[in-house]
Amino acid sequence: MPRDRKQSKQPKTTLEEQIPGAFEGETVSRRRFMTGTAHAAGGIAVAAFTLPAVGMAIGPMFEKAEQNWESVGPIGDFADDTYIPRTLTIVRGIGDAGKTTVYIRQYNSQLDSEERDEYNEFIAISTRCMHLGCPVRFVGASQRFICPCHGGVYDFEGKVSGGPPVRPLDRFYTRVRNGQLEIGPRFSVNSELRRFSPRDPGMPLDGIGQYVYPARPTTRKIPGT
Amino acid sequence: MANLRPPLPRALRPKPKGPSEDNGHAPTGAREAVAEKGISAVDWVDERTSLSGGARWLMFRKIPRGTNWFYTLGSATLFAFLAQAVTGVILAMYYDPSATRAYESVRYITNEVFLGEFVRGMHKWGSTVMVILVFLHMGRTFFYGAYKYPRELNWVIGVVLLLLTLFMSFTGYLLPFDQRSFWATTVGVAINGTGPLVGPYLNDFLRAGPEFGTTTLARFYALHMLVLPGAIAAMIGAHLYLVARLGTTAPPWIKTDIDPELRKEDA
Repeated sequence: MPRDRKQSKQPKTTLEEQIPGAFEGETVSRRRFMTGTAHAAGGIAVAAFTLPAVGMAIGPMFEKAEQNWESVGPIGDFADDTYIPRTLTIVRGIGDAGKTTVYIRQYNSQLDSEERDEYNEFIAISTRCMHLGCPVRFVGASQRFICPCHGGVYDFEGKVSGGPPVRPLDRFYTRVRNGQLEIGPRFSVNSELRRFSPRDPGMPLDGIGQYVYPARPTTRKIPGT
Repeated sequence: MANLRPPLPRALRPKPKGPSEDNGHAPTGAREAVAEKGISAVDWVDERTSLSGGARWLMFRKIPRGTNWFYTLGSATLFAFLAQAVTGVILAMYYDPSATRAYESVRYITNEVFLGEFVRGMHKWGSTVMVILVFLHMGRTFFYGAYKYPRELNWVIGVVLLLLTLFMSFTGYLLPFDQRSFWATTVGVAINGTGPLVGPYLNDFLRAGPEFGTTTLARFYALHMLVLPGAIAAMIGAHLYLVARLGTTAPPWIKTDIDPELRKEDA
């Protein structure tokens, strides 16, 4: 009787509701209390196995991935007017599936528009196409990176010069140790080659892109670069 | 009150005794004895479960005039799913969902196991057949107008089944773990990632991390053989219940027969 409820005031105790067997000052009937207890117990039991299971399923999203520096040979191997391919292991223990190709050259002050710092003495370009992740190939004759899947084309610096890719090719940090060139973590760049924390393919970084496609909370570019 | 249950089909009705047969209940030969035992076993179960009413309700339904071969597309899809389930269970007995061993185990299934190539082929081509049948079934429902009141909910369940079927194809495509699987799934995951805001997190969930790794394959395998088939089976149950509950529609070109007497009253 919802109409009655609105007009008369709500009964405060079970005694006022005239429930048989009600105690003095009892505000919740025993039936309601039992129902609530059973629901709460069921809810706790379900949560007890659901929450850990869901946590285990989505846990890897928040784990920090290990990022190593991997040596790829003496610095004398690399020129500043063409790319030399090197194989990099990005995931250990899964054989060829965990390897990727990186194209490496020296910084060229006549070609490169970006500012020079400690991490780009050598430029290491990822072969992951920024359309949907297929492997691009550097074609020496045209001085361009070309993707076999959907026709993405990138210029010598890795900037998009044609096709569907939404941003320039990703890069890797590089450093020189004991005359050896070492390749470090991946980072992404926007069309002006500004560095960003790594993003997956298909996510533009110009304009509001960096906010629409947030980076992993645990995988960040080296601070201050 | 009349019994609204559909009558037993003729083949299942008890036969009247022939003049030469004994009228007593005692079975005379071995065949009759076996038949008698079978009937009593079925009766024993039915007395305790009342399943026969439900089975009759599900199977011996009245169907409208004009029902034709296009109405079998739904059953065909169901059988395609059953074929996938059976062949998939057998394939799972030989398959190894680890990044280093998956390709080798699929090669073993294809080249070494007795009938392995055949069963794997049925599973592979059967998935395509199932997707095609789902779309044909959907087309039949759409062009016959069979999605209209009161069957809208069944259309919605059907769309969920379509999406589950496509997700099944997507997760299954990775499992052979050859070049085609790997790059197709790389592209598929990247397409998924282009969804704003949630895309990057969905990608990480699917891959179990920032890169395609050891757990990615196991994750796809678990989705492919546990989560999605369970969801599909449950949805098929709901779909079939509504089909039996609401009945099927006549094709749109069948005109309703109105009793001339009723028409007279109307005028």
